[in-house]
Amino acid sequence: MYVAVKGGETAIARSWDLLAARRRGDEAVPELSLAQIRQQLRLAVHRVMQEGSLYDEELAALALKQAAGDAMEAVFLLRAFRTTLPRLATSLPLDTSAMRVARRVSGTFKDVPGGQILGPTADYTQRLLDFSLAEPAATPRCELAEAPLPECLPSVLDLLAAEGLMEADLPPPDDPAPADLTREPLLFPADRPARLQNLARGDEGWLLGLAYSTQRGYAENHPFAGEIRMGEISVMLLPDELGFEIDIGAIVVTECQMINQFAGGPHAPPQFTRGYGLVFGESERKAMSMALVDRSLRAQELGESTGSPAQQAEFALCHSDSVEASGFVQHLKLPHYVDFQAELSLIRTLRAEHDRQQDAPHD
Amino acid sequence: MTEPFSPPSANLDDRWRYNFGFLDENTKRMLRRALLKAVAVPGYQVPFGSREMPLPYGWGTGGIQLTAAVIGHEDVLKVIDQGADDTTNAVNIRRFFARVAGVATTTVTRDATLIQTRHRIPETPLAEGQIMVFQVPEPEPLRTLEASEVETRKLHAHQEYGLMHVKLYEDIARYGHIATSYDYPVMVNRRYLASPSPIPKFDNPKLHRSPALMLFGAGREKRLYAIPPYTEVESLAFEDHPFEAQHWSQACALCGSSDSYLDEIIADDAGVRQFVCSDTDHCRQQREAAQ
Repeated sequence: MYVAVKGGETAIARSWDLLAARRRGDEAVPELSLAQIRQQLRLAVHRVMQEGSLYDEELAALALKQAAGDAMEAVFLLRAFRTTLPRLATSLPLDTSAMRVARRVSGTFKDVPGGQILGPTADYTQRLLDFSLAEPAATPRCELAEAPLPECLPSVLDLLAAEGLMEADLPPPDDPAPADLTREPLLFPADRPARLQNLARGDEGWLLGLAYSTQRGYAENHPFAGEIRMGEISVMLLPDELGFEIDIGAIVVTECQMINQFAGGPHAPPQFTRGYGLVFGESERKAMSMALVDRSLRAQELGESTGSPAQQAEFALCHSDSVEASGFVQHLKLPHYVDFQAELSLIRTLRAEHDRQQDAPHD
Repeated sequence: MTEPFSPPSANLDDRWRYNFGFLDENTKRMLRRALLKAVAVPGYQVPFGSREMPLPYGWGTGGIQLTAAVIGHEDVLKVIDQGADDTTNAVNIRRFFARVAGVATTTVTRDATLIQTRHRIPETPLAEGQIMVFQVPEPEPLRTLEASEVETRKLHAHQEYGLMHVKLYEDIARYGHIATSYDYPVMVNRRYLASPSPIPKFDNPKLHRSPALMLFGAGREKRLYAIPPYTEVESLAFEDHPFEAQHWSQACALCGSSDSYLDEIIADDAGVRQFVCSDTDHCRQQREAAQ
């Protein structure tokens, strides 16, 4: 006799216990602290904050610990928590030229005002497994530079803009308040602020793949990395009751300004156009991918063809969110007995008719 | 047993108190406004600011948000998946609301004021005052025929449903039948083509002039819609190919019911099949009545 899935409640409770035990692993090994995760897995923490749309290292580290290192699961945990947070205020636009840069490079000019600042990057390492890291060891001491960096580093692109060869970087006409995709659904046609928001919290792998496709002939947009900068930046509020700006804290962001060749169109002269990427934390891969996809999504506005996936906003933006994608792909694990039964009886009917026709004597 | 999300010992404790029904009151108000619009325009898909919930998208987040928006302290909640109260996800959702809303739960359709469902409508006829909340994976009935949301919204605006009629006609031309067995498209209030959610077409007639309020939530797609009580709901068909629901030559092996939707069970290694009610509450009632 078939026993229906009675006892589901107990089985679920047991699966929670197993999950917790697997998360902890061998109790003879010391348990990870959130401080260790924040300090030593900082890029994982940054990715979770980015795609989780919440700048809180402590909670991102907690999510990573709870998710046993599964970045997408950690993003999901952080997003679900974020749902419950009140919206207290809207900050003033970030001024990235006032960033306290830790790294700043340009691929378009050999030297730029303020110089190329390499900072902490794996770009110039040889990717050999460092066996010395297998055991705890002292880290090398960092030397201080001879002179401090300037307080303000102007954007490389502004130098080109002064010459009139770079499109102006202007807010949309009338400077409307941007959509807030965490409070309103994404609707199409989506304006650039809404698109950028979607990309900023989009899955890094999805953006990387789309960006890569534009380099391989699907929406070629002739990019140059005009400037990439990463560092700490102050978040400013202008409360009505105070009437002056206050600094509520600093966040680390990575910004990428792509320069793209543009031969001119019906409404614009030949000039360079912009693709923009800005993400929480340190992630040049994500910021650069975002900038490439941002530029390709401007195809319609610039009168370019829109046939490639990275040029189609509905395609690129509706599938960028890992929380949505992961949930829906994996929902196929849920029971579908009822629908499957319906399909089974349909296929049986169709099959019986097919077989009857096959068996019928031909004239 | 450790409940996930239980307050940790760390000094994060003040962040761990959730509002009644998990969502904050402003979000509930946003949802209720969208629901009022949905009730006013039956079958019309209302975009709403769907939130990330503590269950995955595709696992009922739309339904959970609607339930959270309408649930009150006095409500009695029933949650079913595939017609059953004890499938894993139904258990999880019921537990979630028992936890964040502290409401009474039941498995008895008659006793519930609010029923969240995935893929079925209970066999027990619904009554006035009851609310059904459907979990909807894809709210757009035209999506498989037209991928673009911009285009499908235009088609609804113009009430241009030729695509769907052609699809159903082509089914008949090729197979002799309409080859849709679940998520069978319906016309709501003679105006909007709508997805009844992936319920088997067996359940479609239960939507027509139902005394209960039917709410549909698609969290991932950020759309909700409604069928108010006593609304006309017509399953698409042709005069010479009228709508027909599934039927079985067997009765339920457990309760003997011959008019309920049956699940097919593979009963042993030899592949012997058995048919039992998908609605576990209905099946139990039938067995108790027989005793």
